[in-house]
Amino acid sequence: MSVLKLGVPSKGRLQEKTMDWFADHGIKLSRTGSDREYSGAVSGVDGVELVMLSAGEIPKELKAGRIHLGVTGEDLIHEKLPLWEREVVNLQELGFGHADLIIAVPKGWIDVDCIEDLDAVCAQFRTNHGYRLRIATKYHNLVRGFLRSRGVADYQLVDSQGATEGVVKNLTAEAIADITSSGETLRANHLKILSDGLILQSQACVFGSYAADWSDDAKTALDAMAAKTGWDVAKLKG
Amino acid sequence: MSPVAIKTLAGQLSNAFMNAGAVPVEAPALQPAEVLLDLYGEDIRGRAYVTDDPVNGEQMLRPDFTVPVVQMHMNDGAEPARYTYNGPVWRKQEPKQGRATEYLQVGYELFDRNDSALSDAEVFALFYNILRPYGLRTMTGDIGLLSAAIDGLSTTDRRKERLKRQIWRPARFRQLLDWYSGKADNLPSRVVLLNQVATSNAETVLADAQPFLGVRSEAEVLARVNSLQEDAATAAIPVEELAVVEELLALNGTAAEALKILRGVQDRLNGFARAVDCLEMRLTALAASGIDIKSLPFEANFGLTSMEYYDGFVFGFFDGENVIATGGRYDALTQVLGQGRSIPAVGGVIRPDVLAAVGGGAS
Repeated sequence: MSVLKLGVPSKGRLQEKTMDWFADHGIKLSRTGSDREYSGAVSGVDGVELVMLSAGEIPKELKAGRIHLGVTGEDLIHEKLPLWEREVVNLQELGFGHADLIIAVPKGWIDVDCIEDLDAVCAQFRTNHGYRLRIATKYHNLVRGFLRSRGVADYQLVDSQGATEGVVKNLTAEAIADITSSGETLRANHLKILSDGLILQSQACVFGSYAADWSDDAKTALDAMAAKTGWDVAKLKG
Repeated sequence: MSPVAIKTLAGQLSNAFMNAGAVPVEAPALQPAEVLLDLYGEDIRGRAYVTDDPVNGEQMLRPDFTVPVVQMHMNDGAEPARYTYNGPVWRKQEPKQGRATEYLQVGYELFDRNDSALSDAEVFALFYNILRPYGLRTMTGDIGLLSAAIDGLSTTDRRKERLKRQIWRPARFRQLLDWYSGKADNLPSRVVLLNQVATSNAETVLADAQPFLGVRSEAEVLARVNSLQEDAATAAIPVEELAVVEELLALNGTAAEALKILRGVQDRLNGFARAVDCLEMRLTALAASGIDIKSLPFEANFGLTSMEYYDGFVFGFFDGENVIATGGRYDALTQVLGQGRSIPAVGGVIRPDVLAAVGGGAS
């Protein structure tokens, strides 16, 4: 019988690396059935069920307590769960999925290096164009909170759920706030990062849900995992 | 405190405002988002609830009554006018604060082209007398003094504009003041750019950064580089002028003391005496309304972080750290909303839910 639900990303490199990490710690996660079927098996510990989810779904599943543990990026946790410290506990930084949430502007803006410049350009842009400078992002809460704390108000966020680096060229935004790991895509799109525009440094982590049903059996399964991984699980059992 | 008790208190406050001559008005709960976004910027999305309508576009649950009441008055109001309202507003709160997101506001707004000092005094005295039984902490300030001080500095209009834009963001204001007075070095990145531009020229530096993308044009980039060059060549704000701004920001005592201190330094800033005259006229009017200006608390930087649309006299009433009532003058807001027309306006709001919790001297 399985009592502890572990949510992992359903595809891609994040899934492969997650499986590798658990394998290195004596917990084997494997897909069952065909490659396209989102179900899996766990060996090495008893009572753990594997749930394949999109990395973006994992924060709200953790919040709702429908999974006990979940692997996803800190960026998604912070964006989707403003009260994340009350809802989840970060059990393990996994050392992969590194990504920085940054603000970037066109390389051709030679007059802009930092937030102070961006703020001045926001004022200039609004005067010249009659609307507020647009920043494209999918991280609305994080970006708004960051800019508020830096005293920048004269801008607007426009939603961009993918290929955000292309919006400047397509004239749908003047600047972007997005995740980057090496900065290569930004450079290829002729964008540069503001020197003080780092909003969040993120990596993939194992999060535990406070809201999940921590029955005795679930706690036993958690302890078995902790014995292999060295996690400090006291907070979840409290 | 039960919702019924809060509503009863709101009704009493509303009656007090009507007895003072205000006409009761209503406002739709849903407001067009565009107007509010235009006034407050993207930040308002973090503070107000936004919803969408396929026909009317983005709508916001009203975060206050001031904007709809000003609009209503500008459309068909007779002058002078006194309005009162009593209804819920909705505000998102910082996630960690756990504060109410829906609460009642009872307000009083006065639109009058005649004596501003008398209007300020009328509104303040009304709030003061209604709230007196509760033994609250009072605070007053004047945002007009700070903008008048900026206007009086011996510096470029560009620097004055930049400073005024940041009045409501004290940290950023401080940083600008330090740069403009030579107390802080220019940003290293800016020094690098200015050196590059000085050794070649801005067009060459820009040519190295090709291809050029986006709506913001090369001409706009060059215009700003030019303005940065001009700014770097601008003389620092004189020390004795900076000292007046510092003194102003540090004012924290009674209104009567503030007037005395400002009278002593007013002539060091061009035209600043007129703003101090306004302060004196207001204090005279307050004294005539029975307010003791020798004990009335005054802080020149009061209201700078929280009361963005006020641009003159500001006031607040507090129970500990809890805000019970706030108000002030917002002439510029009426200009923005009036599309060319404007009317001097002053008003304030009380939160009956927080006031009810104070209990104490109620009615």
